[in-house]
Amino acid sequence: MAERKRNWDKEDDLPVYLARPGTTDQVPRQKYGGMFCNVEGAFESKTIDFDALSVGQRSSRTAKTQNKREASQEVKSPDSEKTSPCTETLSGEPEPRDSGIEIKTTGGKEVLQNLDDLKSDRLLIKGGRIVNDDQSFYADIYMEDGLIKQIGDNLIVPGGVKIIEANGKMVIPGGIDIHTHFQMPYRGTTTVDDFAQGSKAALAGGTTMIVDHVIPDPGSSLIEAFDRWREWADEKACCDYSLHVDITHWNDSVKQEVETLIKEKGVNSFQVYMAYKDLYQMSNSELYEILTFLGELGGIVQVHAENGEIIAEEQARMLEMGITGPEGHVLSRPEELEAEAVFRAITIASQTNCPLYVTKVMSKSAGDIISQARKKGNVVFGEPITASLGTDGTHYWSKNWAKAASFVTSPPLSPDPTTPDYLNTLLASGDLSVTGSAHCTFSVAQKAIGKDDFTQIPEGVNGVEERMALIWDKAVVTGKMDENMFVAVTSTNAAKILNLYPRKGRIAVGSDSDLVIWDSDAVRTITAKTHNSAAEYNVFEGMELRGAPLVVICQGKIVLEDGNLHATSGTGRFIPCTPFPDFAYKRVKARKQLAVLRAVPRGMYDGPVSDFTPMSRGGTPSASTRTSPTKQTPPVRNLHHSGFSLAGNPAQRGAPTTEETPIRPAGRRIVVPPGGRSNITSLS
Amino acid sequence: MSATEDVPAFFKSMGSGSPKPRAKFCGMFCPVEGSTENKTLDFDSLPTGRSGRADSRVIDKQMDISTQSCRKKVEIRTSTGKEALQNLNDQSDRLLIKGGKIVNDDQSFYADIYMEDGLIKQIGENLIVPGGVKTIDAHGRMLIPGGIDVHTRFQMPDRGMTAADDFYQGTRAALAGGTTMIIDHVVPEPGASLLTAFDQWREWADSKSCCDYSLHVDITEWHKGVQEEMETLVKDHGVNSFLVYLAYKDVFQLTDSQIYEVFSVIRDLGAIAQVHAENGDIVAEEQHRVLERGITGPEGHVLSRPEEVEAEAVNRSITVANQTNCPLYITKVMSKSAADVIALARKKGSVVFGEPISASLGTDGSHYWSKNWAKAAAYITSPPLSPDPTTPDYLNSLLSCGDLQVTGSAHCTFNTAQRAVGKDDFTQIPEGTNGTEERLSLIWDKCVVTGKMDENQFVAVTSTNAAKIFNLYPRKGRIAVGSDADLVLWDPDVTKIISAKSHNSVVEYNIFEGIEVRGAPLVVISQGKIVLEDGNLHTTEGSGRYVPRKPFPDYVYKRIKARSRLAELRGVPRGLYDGPVCEVSVTPKTVTPATSAKTSPAKQPAQPVRNLHQSGFSLSGAQVDDNVPRRNTQRIVAPPGGRANITSLG
Repeated sequence: MAERKRNWDKEDDLPVYLARPGTTDQVPRQKYGGMFCNVEGAFESKTIDFDALSVGQRSSRTAKTQNKREASQEVKSPDSEKTSPCTETLSGEPEPRDSGIEIKTTGGKEVLQNLDDLKSDRLLIKGGRIVNDDQSFYADIYMEDGLIKQIGDNLIVPGGVKIIEANGKMVIPGGIDIHTHFQMPYRGTTTVDDFAQGSKAALAGGTTMIVDHVIPDPGSSLIEAFDRWREWADEKACCDYSLHVDITHWNDSVKQEVETLIKEKGVNSFQVYMAYKDLYQMSNSELYEILTFLGELGGIVQVHAENGEIIAEEQARMLEMGITGPEGHVLSRPEELEAEAVFRAITIASQTNCPLYVTKVMSKSAGDIISQARKKGNVVFGEPITASLGTDGTHYWSKNWAKAASFVTSPPLSPDPTTPDYLNTLLASGDLSVTGSAHCTFSVAQKAIGKDDFTQIPEGVNGVEERMALIWDKAVVTGKMDENMFVAVTSTNAAKILNLYPRKGRIAVGSDSDLVIWDSDAVRTITAKTHNSAAEYNVFEGMELRGAPLVVICQGKIVLEDGNLHATSGTGRFIPCTPFPDFAYKRVKARKQLAVLRAVPRGMYDGPVSDFTPMSRGGTPSASTRTSPTKQTPPVRNLHHSGFSLAGNPAQRGAPTTEETPIRPAGRRIVVPPGGRSNITSLS
Repeated sequence: MSATEDVPAFFKSMGSGSPKPRAKFCGMFCPVEGSTENKTLDFDSLPTGRSGRADSRVIDKQMDISTQSCRKKVEIRTSTGKEALQNLNDQSDRLLIKGGKIVNDDQSFYADIYMEDGLIKQIGENLIVPGGVKTIDAHGRMLIPGGIDVHTRFQMPDRGMTAADDFYQGTRAALAGGTTMIIDHVVPEPGASLLTAFDQWREWADSKSCCDYSLHVDITEWHKGVQEEMETLVKDHGVNSFLVYLAYKDVFQLTDSQIYEVFSVIRDLGAIAQVHAENGDIVAEEQHRVLERGITGPEGHVLSRPEEVEAEAVNRSITVANQTNCPLYITKVMSKSAADVIALARKKGSVVFGEPISASLGTDGSHYWSKNWAKAAAYITSPPLSPDPTTPDYLNSLLSCGDLQVTGSAHCTFNTAQRAVGKDDFTQIPEGTNGTEERLSLIWDKCVVTGKMDENQFVAVTSTNAAKIFNLYPRKGRIAVGSDADLVLWDPDVTKIISAKSHNSVVEYNIFEGIEVRGAPLVVISQGKIVLEDGNLHTTEGSGRYVPRKPFPDYVYKRIKARSRLAELRGVPRGLYDGPVCEVSVTPKTVTPATSAKTSPAKQPAQPVRNLHQSGFSLSGAQVDDNVPRRNTQRIVAPPGGRANITSLG
């Protein structure tokens, strides 16, 4: 036994997969190259073709060699297979219990051959169970230059490689936190977690990429704000990041900037606000225009969905009643207002045929509306956040003002204590698609700005660090979802929506080496004393969570091991996102082709026409001038437009250009319908 | 035909009318004596009513009730003999209906009805009536309360034109269809006074209307003056319902904040908030887009107003109504999804009522694609008819199960020349469809004949619920002693084909053209006078009275009142926060709580800077005086167990 173990440590004699059966609690769905071996090459097609990246070609080659090796392995192994498995597992078991994983560097002559290589750049994870959103399988992963170069068994790797022995633990793609507000300026102060602090917390929790929101002041330039955020993040971020840009006002120049951001700056998602009246809030017409515009450019529209106008009224009412504490926040923002806005946003999105992304799904009713809309076929994604999945809004009534204030976020946490469970269920069933944290932390002193008026309390909760563990605990441990779904909602779906897939969100050859070795058995208690955020309060204080990252690898470097963070500020790269993500736009494109509206060909109406005074109602069709950068058609229509002919070429109809509405030539106008001209005014 | 019978009327009628009578007054399955009397509402304010009950069970006396054999005709005759001599002057005012099956929303029973001075004076059998009474023999046919059309727009001005049916034509059509009361909408021009507009409508209607009427007032803009006028209207003019528009951008449309304030005012006044539910912003954008595509015909109307947009607005208005605890009434439910939203909200307990109209119950929006422009244009109304042909059936089902409660017609007709204003641009087509005449027959045909609802539910959705919601009950919407003598003798077996050739409206098109409906009024009695018999209308221009309506209808406000008592919000009593406070640069967020000044007559501009000493809120005093600032002594409440250290981790 001891002998075998030693052999095994030396990692060469026995194929890894033989050691595996029975060691982990979950049965692997599909095992790469084992007793139930795939058809040769089946795996290759699952590994996404990665032409865009230079490594793509090489990967397929290595895969082939690896297959050959494996085939030979297959021939060799049967007898050992027969004898070893049980004993092997038994003996293998106690060892990983105490140490979990081990990291070591290969010795021997290979080291001599590769003297100048930086050791840290090359990494081999052995014996891990790779969990993607579609399947789990056992294989080794070899990484170099921050990319995954090989996946398979018994990889041929250069020497001087740092080896991590995963001992059958799960290796999942690093989490993507799709919603953070690090270093957000707020009325002269800044959130306590800047990009360094925030991304450290993210890494500590197993999240290897964050997507932050750029919030330009209303009236200022989007691109300037974007550049400022880039500067802050480039300087401080410890992990890769990308940026959403919030559209806080809407006019022609914003429109141009949005186009520039999409085409040149690598932003494909924009958030609009339906709340924050007189500040960020957009009118329905503006929303319609923004969605139309972004639908054409291939962007994703995110909405902060709350009815700002009613909130403003309710807030005034609360304050009048003398309710000034944090409970006023939730009382003035009942969940109905969130649901209403979600409904409205979905309506507008479906009118404009634009994919919609609802940020911060905080209540059951909002979740319900999203799932209903998805059932009806709308392209809409819902993002519950750590806070809404993990805790509820009863804390707003805490007697401790500072504690109550730390829960203030918008939309607020629902006071209904069954909400987190419900949202976890929707997440598990796929009705909600992605998870963020909306991490936006303020110190107690900052929150105290609103000590006498809840509307002044800066909004935001923590959650970037707790997100993965919390979902694991609430959804996987309880059996709501499996590990693959877990990967989907914590990273893969986000990557797909942002068009970063498969570079992020998947463990595949050619993908970035952002990996997490996940320990499903670790138990941790969350407390502000130990968390990595700078805030004094943690909204999940005292929660005991099962599941935690054991090792976090970001850009091919180990940033977390043995509970120690080795994050380096400024190493984070900006990851540009390209427009038209397939995940959202394939359906939208198909619908665009179908949804061509056609006029009815009719003879000209030649009966009497009443006199009328063209006033009021005539104004209806034109959007108010203030809000319509998209169109410039005069409200008075050409009176010769009516007779529309089917014979007209469809291409002309399909592409409506603003200035050139098809005025039909005089000859075609008087179309005689087959069967002779009908008398239009007769009763039919 | 006339006199000699040996079988009581109710034996004859058994089995002839398709729905079985539920409870029969004084027949084989005779109810406990006097049970009907309790059901007949107590009507103390009115002097009459208690006579004629003494010998209500004598069956053999009914033998002489004249019963026709098989001809479907009622006869109306005047009693002769000495009674006639005693009552020479006032024959037309007295009316006796014999042998009818009285159908209310809760039960049906057989009884005679005696009316005088436009009121129902007696209900029962073998009534003792004065002589000289005109008698109608109903022969067991159904007598239902006259229909109430809760939504008409007669004589509505639109850009210098006026709707083709004025109050005379319109009410004539209504009466012809069995509707004895209409509630019209006053549409003040934005900027004009509500009261002036109201008086204008009163004037028009008083001079022309042939049946009783009442008026809704539309709120087309919002400022302090409007609020005061609303108050006057409720208190002095008997208006208890106001319509707001979520559509018609830049004309009638109000913002969410304004609607919130309007609803708050309406709730305080005890009125009903009605909404025209469509998202006007989106509609405006879609209209633009559709026009850009070169679609200018009527089909553009429905393309630019998809039903989702209606459902969205319904959902939004319900949300606002819930927030303000205001009863809500959705006019013109035209689509499945809007109706679903209402049904769902009712399940959640919202006080919301839905009004499908004749058009949405009877036809669909496929006609917008008609090659005949004039025909297609005749269907233009907002929200549009749904192109989904299964919609009418669905709405009828919801109406039958009670998820939708009342029916109107939204009768607002324009003739083809008027419609042709929009011949090159569908957004210019004046909106509105006919339906006041067809309403009752359509619902009978679609719901009762098909077995979706029974005759009682029919009465509920055509009159009783409307009367309850608008506080006209039991004066209207019920056959009871003391109620107005607005009755319809309903013939469930007549079939007729609706056609513009024969209808009473003046427009050239009827959107129900060619639909064959079963069920029609045989005799219509309005204000105690026979206005329809043998297919002949005997209407008098200007005979219609304005019926004022009181606020706080029980049907609606009982629940609202209970909720407003329960919905007390309380602050949390806390010690004062004494930790460090960050410095703030003053930037816009302060603006958020205050509504934009332009739109807030409802509240004194709440000072954005709060009194810093108001924080410690006490549980003990959260009652009536909530909005009264706390007295000094109450402010420093020490929580039980001593002052908590606020800044500690908790």
